[in-house]
Amino acid sequence: MNKTVNQKAWFLILPVLVLVAFSAVIPIMTVVNYSVQDTFGNNQFFWAGLEWFETMLHSERMWDALGRQLMFSAIILMIQIPLGVFVALNMPKSGFWSSFCLVMMSLPLLIPWNVVGTIWQIFGRVDIGLLGYTLDAMGIEYNYTQSVFAAWVTIIVMDVWHWTSLVALLAFAGLKSIPDAYYQAAKIDQASRWAVFRYIELPKMMGVLMIAILLRFMDSFMIYTEPFVVTGGGPGNSTTLLSIDLVKMALGQFDLGPAAAFSLMYYLVILLISWVFYTVMVNMDKKDGK
Amino acid sequence: MAKITLDNLAHSYLPKTTSEDDFALKELNHVWADGEAYALLGSSGCGKSTLLNIISGLLHPSQGRILFDDVDVTQASTADRNIAQVFQFPVVYDTMTVRNNLAFPLKNRGASPAYIAQRVQQIAAMIGMEAELDHRARGLTADAKQKISLGRGMVREDVNALLFDEPLTVIDPHMKWELRTQLKSLHHEFGHTMIYVTHDQTEALTFADKVVVMYDGRVVQIGTPEELFNKPQHTFVGYFIGSPGMNVLSASVAGSSAAVQGGTVPLGQSFAELEGKVEIGIRPEFVTLTEGEGLPVTIRRVEDVGRHKIIRADLFGAEINIVAGEDTSISPDMNRVVFAPDRVNVYVNDWLKEGKGVL
Repeated sequence: MNKTVNQKAWFLILPVLVLVAFSAVIPIMTVVNYSVQDTFGNNQFFWAGLEWFETMLHSERMWDALGRQLMFSAIILMIQIPLGVFVALNMPKSGFWSSFCLVMMSLPLLIPWNVVGTIWQIFGRVDIGLLGYTLDAMGIEYNYTQSVFAAWVTIIVMDVWHWTSLVALLAFAGLKSIPDAYYQAAKIDQASRWAVFRYIELPKMMGVLMIAILLRFMDSFMIYTEPFVVTGGGPGNSTTLLSIDLVKMALGQFDLGPAAAFSLMYYLVILLISWVFYTVMVNMDKKDGK
Repeated sequence: MAKITLDNLAHSYLPKTTSEDDFALKELNHVWADGEAYALLGSSGCGKSTLLNIISGLLHPSQGRILFDDVDVTQASTADRNIAQVFQFPVVYDTMTVRNNLAFPLKNRGASPAYIAQRVQQIAAMIGMEAELDHRARGLTADAKQKISLGRGMVREDVNALLFDEPLTVIDPHMKWELRTQLKSLHHEFGHTMIYVTHDQTEALTFADKVVVMYDGRVVQIGTPEELFNKPQHTFVGYFIGSPGMNVLSASVAGSSAAVQGGTVPLGQSFAELEGKVEIGIRPEFVTLTEGEGLPVTIRRVEDVGRHKIIRADLFGAEINIVAGEDTSISPDMNRVVFAPDRVNVYVNDWLKEGKGVL
């Protein structure tokens, strides 16, 4: 075949280049730019090299925030994934009640983050909130503005309320795709309920569950609005998650250099973990093979 | 192993039934004799799978009873009935090895490890998968997966019956034949009661001692392949069994002859006056092309299938098939057909009508 050489064809990829430049490359490069410079105001910048990265790596504050962040993500994954699967398993499989459950469960997913935060902020208040007031009346000490434990419980329960249905919906879709014959064969083979779950339902749900885990991990790792609205990162720094800390540093203290270095490291961590998930998923598919 | 009795059995998928048409499986009384191999034959959607699932207990019938030997098991669970069933599409436990797949039904029933190991080896040899025993079931071909499903169905020796729901649909033709032979030899060896659902007449006729033909939710005939061929009880059986199927022509019958559009067809039996839709059925094998006598036909085409010729013709606007020997020469003058009188069956409203013999 005869291929025509025409260098003007490069212009065809120009729109994509422009788009990617404005959506990703330029914003990230500004961050990179800030991360290697220092300023004393007046829009005057000095070259600082990797100093900010070194500072951040030795910053106890950042490591604490990262620790809290990992703990938060781990806890919500450990609750939401099993709970979502459990809900999906026990949902009506078809008919009116199935649709009803799906719609009811989707509702929290449609509420904007700051509204969710506000709802729980009020819900948990001891003076006017239904939850806080009730707990208080029952003699249980609960005050998320003072107790670290109460604050953590509140933001975790809030996240579970907001996002478990996403996991349930995905798991339900996975379950629906299993042909009846599998269940019938299991009955013939006299498989126990546990064996049906372990050998039929779980393997068939694995694909969507990996997606659920990935989505929930990324979302929870970047969470900002909801905990910020409820606790503002307190009491003390106890619920200051990574992104809350980052915003405090960048906008509250206007420490642009360290904040930029922090952002880049944050970004790399998310990239790294997502890559690990992706690799695991692709390998699972390969094993599936034809 | 058990004798399976269906007593007044019927099933409808609808919660309320107003007429017989609402039933996917119409009222049925039948005894499946212990240790026989049956084929359940019928076109798609005729209720074959429904009947099978009722026998295995996956479905509970809307009316009637099922007895294993003389015990009523209508409400018993699949596990209690101790039945093996193989489905149309392969069902394997993906994450298990082939070995564990085969062992699964035995393990669930608490068999001893030594027995399981020996039995799995035996079944693996039977389905030709000894080499793959330690492979994961995930990633095997559809063929191999279906062989595992078959193996899982056969691994238990003490089952009351073995049910097959079109198990060879996904298997390639060569393997199909081999597996069917395996199933047959298994039947000879262990004498399980076997019910084999299929829509393929060759499969049914080669596998079974007795073929049960179903049509529109009803069992229309139960018989040996020979009976189905010679005396179809229902026009559907005549049409469904045989290649090509029986010719069915509307006719009026008086005494020992039938009139087809003015032409006369002599019959082997004599009939009193018949009411309703009267038809005569004649297998293509018993129709002969002639030059001078019989009913006039227009030949449409001749298909030479190697061991015989099939002639597609037109008889007063109705299609008629004729089977002629391979070395019969067909000339343009042969434009009439005669029917072998004692091979002509008479049907009233689709059901076979027996007349009195004429001597």
